[in-house]
Amino acid sequence: MKTSYSEKVHTWGRIWCSLALVMLMLFPAAASIYYNAWPDGMALLKGLMGVVPIFWTVGAIEAFTYSPMLGSGGSYLGFVTGNIANLKLPCALNAMEIAGVKPGTEEGELISTISIAVSSIVTTLIIIAGVLLLSWLQPILESELLAPAFANILPALFGALAVVFISKNWKIALAPLLFMLVLFIAVPSLAESVSVLVPVGAIIAIAAARVLYKKGYL
Amino acid sequence: MRDFDLNSIVLFVTAGVIILFVIAQSVFFLRQAWRRARELGIEARVLRRVARSSVVFTIAPAIAIILGVITLSRFLGLPLPWLRLSVLGALTYELPAATSAAAALGVPVSEGVTDPKTYSTIAWVMTLGIMSGLIIVTLFLKKIQGGIQSLKKRDTRWGEIFLTALFMGMISAFLGMIFADITAGLKGWIPVFVMIISSLLMLICGFFVKVLKVKWMEDYALPISMLGAMALSIPITRLLG
Repeated sequence: MKTSYSEKVHTWGRIWCSLALVMLMLFPAAASIYYNAWPDGMALLKGLMGVVPIFWTVGAIEAFTYSPMLGSGGSYLGFVTGNIANLKLPCALNAMEIAGVKPGTEEGELISTISIAVSSIVTTLIIIAGVLLLSWLQPILESELLAPAFANILPALFGALAVVFISKNWKIALAPLLFMLVLFIAVPSLAESVSVLVPVGAIIAIAAARVLYKKGYL
Repeated sequence: MRDFDLNSIVLFVTAGVIILFVIAQSVFFLRQAWRRARELGIEARVLRRVARSSVVFTIAPAIAIILGVITLSRFLGLPLPWLRLSVLGALTYELPAATSAAAALGVPVSEGVTDPKTYSTIAWVMTLGIMSGLIIVTLFLKKIQGGIQSLKKRDTRWGEIFLTALFMGMISAFLGMIFADITAGLKGWIPVFVMIISSLLMLICGFFVKVLKVKWMEDYALPISMLGAMALSIPITRLLG
């Protein structure tokens, strides 16, 4: 039974994600056809040259770093719906913690998929509501009063996450944490490329964990 | 040629259809995972708790995404940012992608696009430029997951530690980022203080759950801490900003 579910997830995932890739192209294609305005080859190439080298690399890194944590179903969904590091992954982590299941097990896979699916649906609906109510919402969301709250959403999220997960795994977290602290304080401009540094943190954590494990400290 | 309108109904409908597709995909995976979880004997009560806490947790980050839609809409109208931020993207990618495409075309990002060709070029760049993650997952996820499973088979304990280490690496990178501006004076410490407050709120929630046995709070501890810290970031910024 176990293999059959995980086999099926990959079949479903590949079908849905292939369709999603086609669907995503639908928008620029529709805009080009409707306005009879296809991009000039050179302009498109120039535009892509500015984006592809960085974003294709980041996308590849994310696929390899996040998918083991998200699980199969969670990855097939998360990589279509986006906002992984700031939303889907913390959501799945929290869900697995609440349900008392571990990532990498079938139970963890299912709980992660459920939480990412629910989160994706809710996110999409909230954005739809936001678009519909935009004229009413815009002055509130862009008010000076609320600006600091939205500017600090990541510290507010990761502070709480850190308490739960680092307290349990502080031995593994120590080396990557120290490295990242020193790195970001020394080179503040790196804050913009944090997603590139996630795999660096992961490699340091894995290396440190390996040493600790071999020496019997874990 | 038709008059170009950034907010034309055709663009809205196209974006809407794609977004409906993505909702359908989420519903499909939700149903399958739910069914399988019930087969494995995970109680519906637990699954409902997971779903409820995911709903509550999602609200604040999702509202922040609307802000991203607003930011991009001044330049690109509503349909394209609505689509891009509902599907695949995050503002951290979409904004630079749009900016870079605009720079290549020599148009300013501070005002709405008026030329349909410019618009379609930007739409193509944003679509084709941010695709690799999805392509890799579609083609190679089975291999990646197979690798993780075989790692676990060889040594179960190490397999678990390996996944934990991945999480720690990610959390460390984001925690480190919070300290990026501390050399810029007191103002640069604001994110650090917000992080500390969020941690303290989480500890208080933990006290309520574990010591005072307020069980319902367990499911909402993360959103409570997050929203509390976001709210308190307002007076902190006033004081130090």
